[in-house]
Amino acid sequence: MRKLALSDEILMQVEKPARYIGNEINSVMKDASDVDIRFAMCFPDVYEIGMSHLGIQIIYDMLNRYEDTWCERVYSPWVDLDAVMRQKDIPLFALESQDPVRDFDFLGITIQYEMCYTNILQVIDLAKIPLIAADRTWEHPIVIGGGPCAYNPEPIADFFDIFYIGEGETQYRPLLDLYKECRRLGVSREEFLAKAAKLPGMYVPQMYEVRYNDDGTIASFSPKRGDIPAKVVKELVTDLTDTYYPEKPVVPFIKCTQDRVVLEIQRGCIRGCRFCQAGQIYRPVRERDVDMLKKYALKMLDSTGYEEITLSSLSSSDYSKLEELVNFLIDICHEKKVNISLPSLRIDAFSLDVMEKIQDIKKSSLTFAPEAGSQRLRDVINKGLTEEVILNGATMAFKGGWNRVKLYFMLGLPTETDNDIREIAELANKIAAAYYETVPKEERSGKVQIVASTSFFVPKPFTPFQWAPQCTKEEFLDKAYKTKKAIMEQLNQKSIKYNWHEADASVMEGIFARGDRKLCRPILEAYKKGCIFDAWGEYYKHDVWIETFNECGTDIGFYTTRERNADEIFPWDFIDCGVSREFLRCEWENAMNGNVTPNCKVKCSACGAAKFGCGVCVEERKSC
Amino acid sequence: MKLRIKFSKHGVLKFIGHLDVMRYFQKAIRRAGIDIAYSSGFSPHQVMSFAAPLGVGLESNGEYMDIEVNSLTSSQQVMDALNGQMADGIRVLEVKLLGDNSGNAMASVAAASYSIRFREGHRPQFLSAESLNDFCGQQEITVTKKTKRSEAVFDMKPYIYGLSLDEDGSTIHLTVDASSANNLKPSLVMKAYFEMNGSIPDDNALLITREETYLNIGNDIQPDFKPLGYIGSDY
Repeated sequence: MRKLALSDEILMQVEKPARYIGNEINSVMKDASDVDIRFAMCFPDVYEIGMSHLGIQIIYDMLNRYEDTWCERVYSPWVDLDAVMRQKDIPLFALESQDPVRDFDFLGITIQYEMCYTNILQVIDLAKIPLIAADRTWEHPIVIGGGPCAYNPEPIADFFDIFYIGEGETQYRPLLDLYKECRRLGVSREEFLAKAAKLPGMYVPQMYEVRYNDDGTIASFSPKRGDIPAKVVKELVTDLTDTYYPEKPVVPFIKCTQDRVVLEIQRGCIRGCRFCQAGQIYRPVRERDVDMLKKYALKMLDSTGYEEITLSSLSSSDYSKLEELVNFLIDICHEKKVNISLPSLRIDAFSLDVMEKIQDIKKSSLTFAPEAGSQRLRDVINKGLTEEVILNGATMAFKGGWNRVKLYFMLGLPTETDNDIREIAELANKIAAAYYETVPKEERSGKVQIVASTSFFVPKPFTPFQWAPQCTKEEFLDKAYKTKKAIMEQLNQKSIKYNWHEADASVMEGIFARGDRKLCRPILEAYKKGCIFDAWGEYYKHDVWIETFNECGTDIGFYTTRERNADEIFPWDFIDCGVSREFLRCEWENAMNGNVTPNCKVKCSACGAAKFGCGVCVEERKSC
Repeated sequence: MKLRIKFSKHGVLKFIGHLDVMRYFQKAIRRAGIDIAYSSGFSPHQVMSFAAPLGVGLESNGEYMDIEVNSLTSSQQVMDALNGQMADGIRVLEVKLLGDNSGNAMASVAAASYSIRFREGHRPQFLSAESLNDFCGQQEITVTKKTKRSEAVFDMKPYIYGLSLDEDGSTIHLTVDASSANNLKPSLVMKAYFEMNGSIPDDNALLITREETYLNIGNDIQPDFKPLGYIGSDY
């Protein structure tokens, strides 16, 4: 029996001790003396969130297939255990071996959202690794970050030895080999990092120097040494069928957010919505072969025993063999008594037919994400969803027995006017009216329920809106108030429920999203003042953050409300994600002029991602 | 056809709560390819019932669950198939076929036996066979039970069926009522015993293992406790 890092006494006093014991089905145990590399892979949030993340399952599976490597998992200890570990001086441990993370060769951290930055510091700190990368020696693991937020790593640059830019499947093997070689030869840690910086996709912040203009913008961003590349090109898997994918994902004992088999059907998105970062950085769209997906669906259901399977992608309706795949899943799931949960599909005859087969209509709802209320603004953001399509889809669904609709919008998009906001309410009202027109009184089971939700728009790097000013908190709340008022004025207002997000967190997300290296200090200071779990409303300490920014002389508006010049050097410009800055700027102009850009399957708009020579860029186009 | 499955739960698995153990077995049964029966509807569920929930922190050598199956192989086959899918710390010990009229596992539970040891340095000075006898010999054995709304004095004496100390003095053996109506927690008995001796047990002093779960084939006046699997047969 394994010895746990925590005593029974501690485990009995914390909430959900199963978060810390490992031993789950399909978790990988190896003999530490048989491997050369100990890799701790961390999702810096609580276990139930981290265990739901597909990316870690893929990398965990891949690294553990390497005979010389043992990859284990680490999550943020919840606030109760965090306090105990600090008080009793217990070092952070990995779940499988329960060994201290400090003794590992690598600590990999996936960075999925900006609000986890202080949790990254929590993990490094509890592991007893120096928080600042420059202070580390060979006594400490190499701290390497990845994931979407690595596309602007600058606000947390000081805390990482390496950022891996792009998809994890491709460069870990070369990196691990380089590491082994360097340790064997006894080269310095700094020299290893310099060599690593020359591997594709690897960014070593310490090897670069940033100079600033008087106004705080970047004057120059360049490598400190001539042999370090000035640009880091993102890594990607060119063939998503012939690659790593877990056949035996780890099955948690406790209920997690994603408690099912996840089948990633494709990466990237053809749509090119102008607010969406994922739609740009994961280009080009690459599909997995449908036969591979069928095979993995069966294997994963058999190896996990899960009672549910779901599909993962940015826009599942765009997967070319969706119908074939879904019909296959319906058949095998019926036979195996497994539930299918489908991500939001475009509402059409096919998806309604599928939904009718797999879920109870009375309990399910339709989801539309128009993102903006007016057609004008939808053209600005390049969201190719029209009112006609929404109303037709809703009418079709109402005829089929549905009476619940969820609508998602963003407030604070570039060029937004009061009229665009009013149209959010009017669209919700038209959908409600469509219900009462479609369904005769005697067939109605109560009122139609429409839930309209708005989130606040945060401009992200590598999107056409990266130049856009973000709204202030006051502007955000004013917009939410106007939306609410407009909904109250609608004829069918009693059928419409309106939800909106917190504005403070959106402002904070905006600071980090387009932040630079100067933010490392306030992030470190806020952590030292006790900020962790910022993504959890009840632990988010807004006042402490504002106080810290003030003390550090950070101007929030510099990062959020400021409109960037066309030629400003951005902190993330050293990364080449395939999509060119010229294309993004051209898309910004198109947005300002209300011009729509066709999706990748209709026409190539020469974004730049074609240089990777894969996916939709090399496929024959047919109209759709 | 109904199968009664006995399993043990040790080691780190003691930190997995009752509902999560159920979810764990639902998945293990799928992985093992057991031909379990499902309820109908959009979200079919396995027909499964657990005997007596085990508290978090307790280990066990005598847990039971019933499952409904559509076809029969053999006790050994089901046991091997399930044991091929167990996490470290949990073992299937027996599989019995139940008669058509057997009551479900939970309703059948009458009593449970526990062994109680003490974590190092926590064995109380006053522990002896004599003091346990004195404890049981009291007119009534009362503790104050706190609920959300009120405090009530509760006499546990009628629900203690056996209490003894083994020869080397290290382990207390306790048999108590475990029926859903009168389930008596071993920690509550220990609390009363410590209180009688003018002491309070440390929350983490006790190492408790459920050794067996029983049904009653006698009657209320003259109980005859048999392990839950007694009424089933190998097949």
